[in-house]
Amino acid sequence: MKPMKKLARWVFPDRRARETGVDISHQTILYLEGITVSFDGFRALNDLTLYINAGELRCIIGPNGAGKTTMMDVITGKTRPDSGTAYFGQTIDLLELSEPEIAQAGIGRKFQKPTVFEQHSVFENLELAMSGIKSVWPTLHAVISKPQRERIDEVLETINLQDKLNYRAGALSHGQKQWLEIGMLLMQEPQLLLVDEPVAGMTPQETERTAELLTSLAGKHSVVVVEHDMDFVRSIAKTVTVLHEGHVLAEGSIDEVQNNQKVKEVYLGE
Amino acid sequence: MSFNTLAEQSRLIQAIRDDRGGQVFLLILLAVGIVVPILNLAVADGSVMHLSGYTVTLLGKYLCYALLAVAVDLVWGYCGILSLGHAAFFALGGYAMGMYLMRQIGSRGVYGDPVLPDFMVFLNWKELPWFWYGFNMFWFAMLMMLIVPAVLAWLFGWFAFRSRVTGVYLSIITQALTYALMLAFFRNDMGFGGNNGFTDFKDLLGFDLHHATTRMVLFLCTVFMLGLAYVTCRYIVASRAGRVVQAVRDAESRARFIGYKVESYKVWLFTFSAVLASIAGALYVPQVGIINPSEFAPINSIEVVIWVAIGGRGTLYGAIVGAVLVNYAKTYFTGALPEFWLYALGALFILTTLFLPRGVVGLVTKRKDNTA
Repeated sequence: MKPMKKLARWVFPDRRARETGVDISHQTILYLEGITVSFDGFRALNDLTLYINAGELRCIIGPNGAGKTTMMDVITGKTRPDSGTAYFGQTIDLLELSEPEIAQAGIGRKFQKPTVFEQHSVFENLELAMSGIKSVWPTLHAVISKPQRERIDEVLETINLQDKLNYRAGALSHGQKQWLEIGMLLMQEPQLLLVDEPVAGMTPQETERTAELLTSLAGKHSVVVVEHDMDFVRSIAKTVTVLHEGHVLAEGSIDEVQNNQKVKEVYLGE
Repeated sequence: MSFNTLAEQSRLIQAIRDDRGGQVFLLILLAVGIVVPILNLAVADGSVMHLSGYTVTLLGKYLCYALLAVAVDLVWGYCGILSLGHAAFFALGGYAMGMYLMRQIGSRGVYGDPVLPDFMVFLNWKELPWFWYGFNMFWFAMLMMLIVPAVLAWLFGWFAFRSRVTGVYLSIITQALTYALMLAFFRNDMGFGGNNGFTDFKDLLGFDLHHATTRMVLFLCTVFMLGLAYVTCRYIVASRAGRVVQAVRDAESRARFIGYKVESYKVWLFTFSAVLASIAGALYVPQVGIINPSEFAPINSIEVVIWVAIGGRGTLYGAIVGAVLVNYAKTYFTGALPEFWLYALGALFILTTLFLPRGVVGLVTKRKDNTA
């Protein structure tokens, strides 16, 4: 960004995220092109180019330090790349937006470590995540409407926490927190969901349910899942992208990827 | 804030209904507002039940401190912004009120100048500085009392929170803010009376400040403002915006990633809190009869945080309990064992932190474990 533009962005951070919504007329919802991010000389992302199709469920795998989390940071506005472009649909330049603006534009993110508001009840967590106006004055007077209440109940059912709605989120088990966070993601009604290791610390049953949930979300939403659990990846993914040293190493179906010689070398250690 | 619509009124009622401690506090405050005037004005001077003017002033002072503590608890207890500079806003409000009171003295000052306050005559100034214009009007002074701290807090918050300064770094800058203001107000050429500040006030809106009835009205104004501030703060923290603010306290980046502009929430809460502190200062000055730059001293702001911690942060009423308890103890100690006060305060702070993490009010309220 040019310095003046940068200054203007700093001075007026509250410029509303574009209201036009994401334009997916070319069937691609996310464009990352030539993204490079360096931390003290270490290239976390190195000329990364990646496209995500609308309605797709994509799994991203890669060894530790491959740049998976950094990639999510770039998409959600937490980290600014040194070079490259990132577009959400045809029109929305992600590199110009702040984290809340990106969230408002329709990208939801689940962290690796479940991050919920521990002092709030399950219900309040979902209420806070609910899509809609999120500026100070309206929220000061906000009252939950009937459709909103129904929406929360619906999500509570999806994440199987309907009998825990008044529980303090901090009192939930690890797996339940993971689900609550997924529920919060659903409340945001994002076009694109970024899900970082959703089944870490889950029981096999919970993992299975999560797989079902994520698969059912694809189609209406686009879902990007970062995961280490290969069985889980196999159970949900049609397309898998392998990252290595901040770069796309291979892309294709899980079988293609697992039989790829380069992938075997760097990732599967064979 | 006005509670006009039905939805807002019902939200307000609900905010109070869910707050048992707050109900107890408001009832006590109401009782104080009824009993104190009776004991002070209606009970004869010689009676054992008579409350002296000195005690009324002391109580009024405690309540001003309580209002300041509520302001600090709002930002610290609910949003995790540990402001160690709130006494600055308190002092600014006090100075705005003080400027009005100084102009009211008129030709009754020692030098008898109809326009210039005594200290300006003493400094050999010939005319009133521009920023003293308008302060002979009560409404203008009160408007400035609200606007000046609000603008300062907004600018400060806007720079600090936009740059994502948090935690101990933010606390240090707030200390710097109040310290810088103290140094500035100590200077004679700033035009605020230098190290002597303002004193020797005569009357407010034409009422003699030394008269028992005037003092009682001031006390009741403080009671009323504290009650109003409490209810308003309660409305805020029980609203969705209040839940956002607490969410920011607990997981700031999560709040960002679900679409909240964290900076905006922080800036507005900080500004509102600064205005509350300023109102407390404006009520404080006519009751104690003096304002000087020592009110900006960094230690004052730290003391407020100690009151809140001792009372129990994140409850609002805990802040009030803390402010009144600690200041009562201070009055007692500085009378009986003056050299021990700071040790006592320090010990109290350490002991509460160690054994009462939820403050004095945490002793009587049940801990919410599973349900929120």
